[in-house]
Amino acid sequence: MKELFILGVVTTFTLITYYLVEPFAHHQMHKHVESEGFAYKDLPALTKKGDATRGKDLVMGAGACTGCHAIKAAGIEPSMDPATAAASYGVNPPDLSNAGAVYSPKFLNDLIKNPAHALMVEHKFDPAKGKMHPMAQFYGAGGDMDQEVADMIAYLQSIAPKAEELTPKMAFETACGRCHAVHYENWTQIGEKPKFKKKQDELAFEINLANYQDSLKAYMGKLPPDLSMYIRSRGEHYISTFVENPQNYLKGTAMPRVGVTAESAEKVIEYLEDAGDAKRHERAEVGMNVMIYMIFFIIAAVLWKKEVWRDLH
Amino acid sequence: MKNSSRRGFMGMAFGAVAGVGAVASLYAMKRSWDPLPSVKAAGFTTLDMSAYKENELVTEKWRGKPIFVLKQSKEMLEKAKKNPKDLERLIKIGDDHFMVAVGLCTHLGCIPGYNPDEESFLCACHGGMYDSTALVTKAPPPRGLDIPPFKIDGNKLVLGEAGPEYKKMLETGVTLKV
Amino acid sequence: MAHFEKATSVHDWLNQRLAIDTVRRVMATEYWIPKNINFLWAMGMVLAVTFGLLLVSGIFLLMYYQPNVATAFDSVNYTIMREVEFGWLWRHVHGVAASVVFLIIYIHMFTGIYYGSYKKGREMIWISGMLLFVAFSAEAFSGYMLPWGQMSYWAGMVITNLFAGGSLHADGLVEWIRGDYVPAQAFLTRFFMLHVLLIPLAILGLIGLHFAALRIPHVNNQDGEEIDFDAEAKKYLAGDKAGSKVIRFANDFMAKDMMVVAFYLFFFFYLVFFHYDFAMDPVNFDPADGLKTPAHIYPEWYFLWSYEILRPFPTDPGLIAFAFAQVIFFLLPFLDRSPNAVPANRRGLFKIWFWVMLVDMIVLTAMGKLPPEGIFSTIGLYAAITFIALWVVLPFITKLERKL
Repeated sequence: MKELFILGVVTTFTLITYYLVEPFAHHQMHKHVESEGFAYKDLPALTKKGDATRGKDLVMGAGACTGCHAIKAAGIEPSMDPATAAASYGVNPPDLSNAGAVYSPKFLNDLIKNPAHALMVEHKFDPAKGKMHPMAQFYGAGGDMDQEVADMIAYLQSIAPKAEELTPKMAFETACGRCHAVHYENWTQIGEKPKFKKKQDELAFEINLANYQDSLKAYMGKLPPDLSMYIRSRGEHYISTFVENPQNYLKGTAMPRVGVTAESAEKVIEYLEDAGDAKRHERAEVGMNVMIYMIFFIIAAVLWKKEVWRDLH
Repeated sequence: MKNSSRRGFMGMAFGAVAGVGAVASLYAMKRSWDPLPSVKAAGFTTLDMSAYKENELVTEKWRGKPIFVLKQSKEMLEKAKKNPKDLERLIKIGDDHFMVAVGLCTHLGCIPGYNPDEESFLCACHGGMYDSTALVTKAPPPRGLDIPPFKIDGNKLVLGEAGPEYKKMLETGVTLKV
Repeated sequence: MAHFEKATSVHDWLNQRLAIDTVRRVMATEYWIPKNINFLWAMGMVLAVTFGLLLVSGIFLLMYYQPNVATAFDSVNYTIMREVEFGWLWRHVHGVAASVVFLIIYIHMFTGIYYGSYKKGREMIWISGMLLFVAFSAEAFSGYMLPWGQMSYWAGMVITNLFAGGSLHADGLVEWIRGDYVPAQAFLTRFFMLHVLLIPLAILGLIGLHFAALRIPHVNNQDGEEIDFDAEAKKYLAGDKAGSKVIRFANDFMAKDMMVVAFYLFFFFYLVFFHYDFAMDPVNFDPADGLKTPAHIYPEWYFLWSYEILRPFPTDPGLIAFAFAQVIFFLLPFLDRSPNAVPANRRGLFKIWFWVMLVDMIVLTAMGKLPPEGIFSTIGLYAAITFIALWVVLPFITKLERKL
């Protein structure tokens, strides 16, 4: 009984210390942001139902999307390589093949009408000061603008892979991969780094990448960080609430709101888990087995102690 | 009797000789821990002072340390002129005044961040603050940011070499030796 | 040359050459431990087991770790964590054990303080134990440099800066320790050497000293009772095991130790697999960047109390207070002037001193992690002053104690 009391005292002081240096200190040092479930409540809802066929004409024609954006799924190749595109726009404009699956329709709706607003970078791009966002606003093609935008979104959704076909890698590349490298997954801002047979080809790739990164640096203020270990350095909650609204944590940050759907955000997190915490499933499985083994270990140890101490009492 | 005292003496003599050897090897060990010549030699950085913009902090590198360069605007200079301790920290090149300092907090070596709106530095580690000439305005830092040894060479500033302006700063205690 | 006979068995062969029966008797079966003890007496064994875990996991990490500023971070986080089979296991065991070992050390220390186990012939046990604490601290700090993350770099910067001695401005000493003006390649490689060779060697030697220091005064017991070990051992060997006040080290004491170790390992592996963040700070998963200070720089939890003694004061007095905190525990056997070597609950004012010290160190630990602002800064200052005051009054209150 006395031993149990002593154990209680030791445990209590240990837990108090733990509470103070971990949960309490974290609560004091880090702002806590609750997720809104990627609902984008500040953006207006879509009122019209889109038509993919009309949308296709707009995207290819009057909407002028394909002037800058590639849509490989529809056979439209990029007009420039990433480094050249970044030199003109600051960052390589995304291929729209997966856009309909990765981005929230609400977000796309606002983005097409007013990019800087949807991306939450109006502090950086102010037309009054002559600083225009590189993506041109869509002013309508002559008809009902809300209907036209809904049509374009419907088209993008029609060519995009279905939710179950969208892999973590596709979600990451579309939403994050043009600014962030993940070198543990061999990903650079201009795509996956291939295996080169010739040194010259490798150097050419490196130069191309360095040029792209220079443009990106100028566009963003600094080179966006490599995200290889972000799942361990920031954690899932921080990443998903940060992606949902970067201004939550870093007021004035150049990182735009990306506008992903809740499902795509989960895919992005999964991609980062594969990069920075690849053995998590093995850890959980081995962990359970070790805990079960430890129960047998305890039983054996207790029985041995009882046997040895039988004569000593 | 004679023999045993002789043994005692020889024993002590042996101890002394062994001790000299041990101390000599300690010297070699100490020297092996010294910074390498290549590390020491990489100690000069030349800055072109015409490239900086007013009230825009630029971080250069010298001996692996961040070096803050902040070109003073007119208002900042006016403010500095009111406090002689501020003014003597500035380096005058042509008609321009610069704050050039090692960007490590003099408390425990963190890098303070610059806020151009308030024209001041804040160290996130322990809350120390500095004004636009990097003079300390809030403890715990014991003094303003240290100024690296510099020599003015026309429009250029050579870090790592001690020119007359720097030596004067050392003598008057404006900065400590870095 | 000694006389050897033809051996009758392997045991006999070894016994003639290594005297294994004698060794076993002296080290295990007739090494007498008091019976009147509780599970806190098993902390020594728990520490030995944890040190073993650190050693084994460290050996496997050493096979893939690269002490180079360009590759260190990736060799840990990519090669060991992703490529090496069970590399993640060694790393988590190593990281969690490095943290938990300090929890056990603190429990072990406070057990010693509570039961007066540093008095009356046991001073060398205490002093060798404190030397082990210092060696483990150095081992933990040097190991913390190796993943070359942001916390490695900036903790290395801040802690080595302490050697400038404030107003003494001994920058030469700091640069000598680092081998560079800032933590860089020379710094990483020398801390690697310290971590994998020099300090572990010192620890092994000190563990030997710690055990040797126990031998003559024997282990203390729960009531501070003076036991005639020879008489009690005779009673035990005569067959009165239940009546004797002593037990054999092996298997009697060992069996109980291993039972405690079993419960401890359950807790330990739970932390390794399911709750490791406390021991592996997220900030250190950002690669080292000398141009970007993390928003909050704090040491690992086990250094926080002494860090907080440094922090609330201006630079020079802060360093003096810090140095005081580092050495003062060594002097405990001499600052405690009481003639009684009994548990604190029977020692009047010392009982209060003990609990105030424990709570004060927990308060210092908590404040050491928080940003030094507002109320936390004030609490930290008072806790630091309390710590120093407690040591100043210790000789006086123990002098007042009546002999029991």
